[in-house]
Formats: sequence, structure tokens, C-alpha cells
Amino acid sequence: MNKLNTSSSELDLDRPNIEDYLPSGSIQEPHGELRLRDLLDISPTLTEAAGAIVDDSFTRCFKSNPPEPWNWNIYLFPLWCLGVVVRYMILFPLRVMVLTLGWIVFLSCYFPVHFLLTGQEKLRKRLERGLVELICSFFVASWTGVVKYHGPRPSMRPKQVFVANHTSMIDFIVLEQMTAFAVIMQKHPGWVGLLQSTILESLGCIWFNRSEAKDREIVARKLREHVHGADNNPLLIFPEGTCVNNHYTVMFKKGAFELGCTVCPIAVKYNKIFVDAFWNSRKQSFTTHLLQLMTSWAVVCDVWYLEPQNLKPGETAIEFAERVRDIISVRAGLKKVPWDGYLKYSRPSPKHREQKQQSFAESVLRRLEEK
Amino acid sequence: MGSALSVLTQYDIEEVQEHCNHLFTQQEIVTLYKRFCQLDRNSKGFISSDEFLSVPEFAMNPLSQRLLKMTDGLNFKDFVAFLSAFSARATVQQKIEIIFKVYDSDSNGKVTFKDLIEVLQDLSGAFISDKQREEVLSQLLQEAGYKKESSLMLDDFIKILDHQGLKMEVEIPVD
Repeated sequence: MNKLNTSSSELDLDRPNIEDYLPSGSIQEPHGELRLRDLLDISPTLTEAAGAIVDDSFTRCFKSNPPEPWNWNIYLFPLWCLGVVVRYMILFPLRVMVLTLGWIVFLSCYFPVHFLLTGQEKLRKRLERGLVELICSFFVASWTGVVKYHGPRPSMRPKQVFVANHTSMIDFIVLEQMTAFAVIMQKHPGWVGLLQSTILESLGCIWFNRSEAKDREIVARKLREHVHGADNNPLLIFPEGTCVNNHYTVMFKKGAFELGCTVCPIAVKYNKIFVDAFWNSRKQSFTTHLLQLMTSWAVVCDVWYLEPQNLKPGETAIEFAERVRDIISVRAGLKKVPWDGYLKYSRPSPKHREQKQQSFAESVLRRLEEK
Repeated sequence: MGSALSVLTQYDIEEVQEHCNHLFTQQEIVTLYKRFCQLDRNSKGFISSDEFLSVPEFAMNPLSQRLLKMTDGLNFKDFVAFLSAFSARATVQQKIEIIFKVYDSDSNGKVTFKDLIEVLQDLSGAFISDKQREEVLSQLLQEAGYKKESSLMLDDFIKILDHQGLKMEVEIPVD
């Protein structure tokens, strides 16, 4: 997973200028005659570098704060132990049973429907959708999920996509419980991948592979085909492209915003008091993450279905993406950072360094001419 | 304080503070420790170049490669000592010293014309031709009274750079 190649130029050819977002307090516009000290004084650049070493907005997006231990007291500690016993010995087995029951019900209905109703497409699709919503409800119940949905429920119409901020793969389950979306996801290994290739396939889900650069064009085409088909399930996209810790949003990829259709934003915010739902894929596997959720008290979250947005005249896809990101961030109380989520997996493109070099070079040459 | 510890004791904080000449407060050292542990992903006791480069803001910096040579393999104590030049409490001389060290890549106490050109190259990239870089640098050196063949020492740097405008501070967030 630790690919060190610089991100392909496709990924950030027309990103908004990061310089606008980064602190540049120490860089004053130099003027006046060029002297030796101006050429030798690298303090602005060094300050930026040291500032990045001390703190940077990108790493903050993926930090999961460990909960403060509160069980250090003589009476709190037994209470906490009791809580652990209840969670692991009572709640967890109950939840496993609920989930197992759910899977039995689901699988025993799904396979007959899928294989026997091959003649009646419409009925089969409707039943499959209902069944997927059912199994997702079982999942949510297995974490004692308390989900509050606000706003009008998604409707099945062509030429619309749904976009949401991304904290963990459970976002998909929480949203799927209400509406059987077709989603675009990274293909995973293991049991998740098995589920992806069998059941989710029938919903019309689309897979991509982050590490393949050419993949983008193929995926873009599949997206466009899906959206324009009248019978397809509504498409859900997570434009951040990676899981973020539910306090920040990283830049939205423009793919979802140049399909020529309405974009319906969905904001998801988890309540951290009960459990931190952020899935730090570098630190834990999805199975561990699920087990962690199943041994916590509850997963509490709010889901807001926001007003559908269209591309405004004269707006580029990137501006559109930023506008929608703004809407979602404001609703869910998240801070925006100017970074591409894929920087988790690759280095920034040399374009940014070149921009800095260019502005330095231009300032030197300009002042040289003033002499 | 050899390999990374998960908990910083009062003794450790004082030892680190001593090592950086009290240029950071104890609170700031605690914050820096949290940051060090965050960057040092597998708790080896030092931050590898790769881990530094995983901070996009740092990777984008034109001088990142030079700085990596200076920060490679530093344990926490030396990490804080390295950053101490950027403290608001550091003197101008200490700041100029670290600037000198960035130029003096072979650490022999002398900064040659070649060193100066290399740093200029990092800063300006392909946007100034090699020939122009050499011309500008030679001209400015001459105007300041230095010969192209002579190398600059720390005292020369202090003479050239010491002026009111030299500001090189980083604020350590203290929560």
C-alpha cells in the first residue's frame, strides 16, 4: 500500500491553487535593489519547512484521537470494568447472534430470488434491493446504531448522483440501509471483496483500483453509462476517495461532478462520544474495525440529505466540487483542507515545488532588472 | 532516552530542555513529542526520510532534500535541538547558524561558490538558466566585496544576513 511514485499528473492537473490556502505570513513581497543577502536568505523557505514538520493540516485529517481514559478513579474503575463486561459478554454475543440471524435470513431469500426469478427482471431487482436494505439494517442493529436521517429520502430518478463525505466503510452501510444505492468503491481483498463481487455486483456497483492510472477513464465511462440508465439504482460516490477522520474534509475529486447530472449532497456526522467511527485503514483491518464497533456501546450518527445542486453556468467541475464540499462541510461541521486524499498513498506532484521555484525565480529576475 | 518511549516523564522533559538550551517551554516539548510519535509510525525512535516526506507540505518544499540530510536518524532530543533554531526565543545568530548548516552540505565549516549555486538551484529550479544563476551570484558576491573563489565562513554569513528583517520562527501549538 505504500507506493512512493508521485501521483499521476492526471490527478491534479487543474487543482485550485494550494498557495491560497497555506499560511504564508512569513513571505513578504521582496522589493528594492537585489543584494547578496536577498539571495542567501533562505529563511522564508526554511520557516515553511519547519512549520510543516511541527504541524500540518494533512496529517491532522487522519489522526484518530484515542479516547481520554476516565477510569482511573476508585469508584469509576469498577464501573468501567462492569461496562466492559456488559459490552463484551452480553452485548457482543447478542449482536453476533442478531447479525448471524440477519445473514441467514438474507442468504436464504437472496439466492432463490437471484436464481429463480431470472425471467422477471423488475420484480427481482426490487426484491434484491429490499433484501440488501434488510441486511444493512441488521448490520446497523449489530452495532446498536442510532441513525437520524434528516431531509427528503433519495428518489429513484435518472441523471442524478449522490455524494457524501467518507469516514469509514460503514458510511456505505448506514446509507444503504435507507436506500439501495449502487456505489463506486475500491476493490478490497478478503471477505469484503467476496461480498463485493457477488451481492453488491447485482446492485450495479462499480469497482476501481486506486493504483492504476488508466483506470480513471474506464471508471468515468462506467459512471456515465450508469447515471444515464433509467432503471439503475441511484449512484452513491464518495468524492474524497479515502477515509477521513470526520473532523475535516479533503478535496473532492471532480469525477462525480462532470457527469452532466444533478448532484445530491449527503452529509454524515458521527457522534464521537459513543464510538470513534473513523476507520484508519493503515492501523486496522476492516474486520478489526467492525469488531471494535460491535463491542462499543452504540454508533450514533446524523445523516442529512441536502438540496440537489446543478452545475452553474460558467462554473468548472472543480468549482462545482468545491461548492458542494462547502455545503457538506458546513452542514456536518467539518473543516476543509486543501489536500488531495490520495496524498496518503503517493507524494505530491512536482508541480507544487515548481510553482514555488517559479515565483522565487521571477522575483529575483525582476529585481535584477530594477538595478 | 534511547529508543522511543510512549510516556514522557518530567526528567525526560528537563533533559530535552537542557539539550536545546531552554529555547522551548516544557509545554512545547510535550507537543513536539506528540508530533514526533505521530510521524514516527512504527516507534523506531527516529523519523525516517520517508515519514518526513509523507507530510505533503514538507515534500513540496524546495529545500526538503537538504533538510532531510540534516534530520535523518535524529532521536527526539536532537529533533528538538534541530527545531530550536526556529523558536521565537532563539537569537539571530542561532538562526543564521542553521542557515549556514543548510548551505554547508559537507559540514566542513566553509560555504563555497558551488554550495551557494546548489541551494540557488533548489530554490529556482529550471526557471533560471545555470549561466544566469552563476552570473547573478558572482555579481552580487563581488558587490559585497567577496571573490568568487573564496569560501564564506559563518562570520561572513552573520555579517551578510544579520539585519532587522530576519524572521524565522515557527509557533508550536500548545493545547
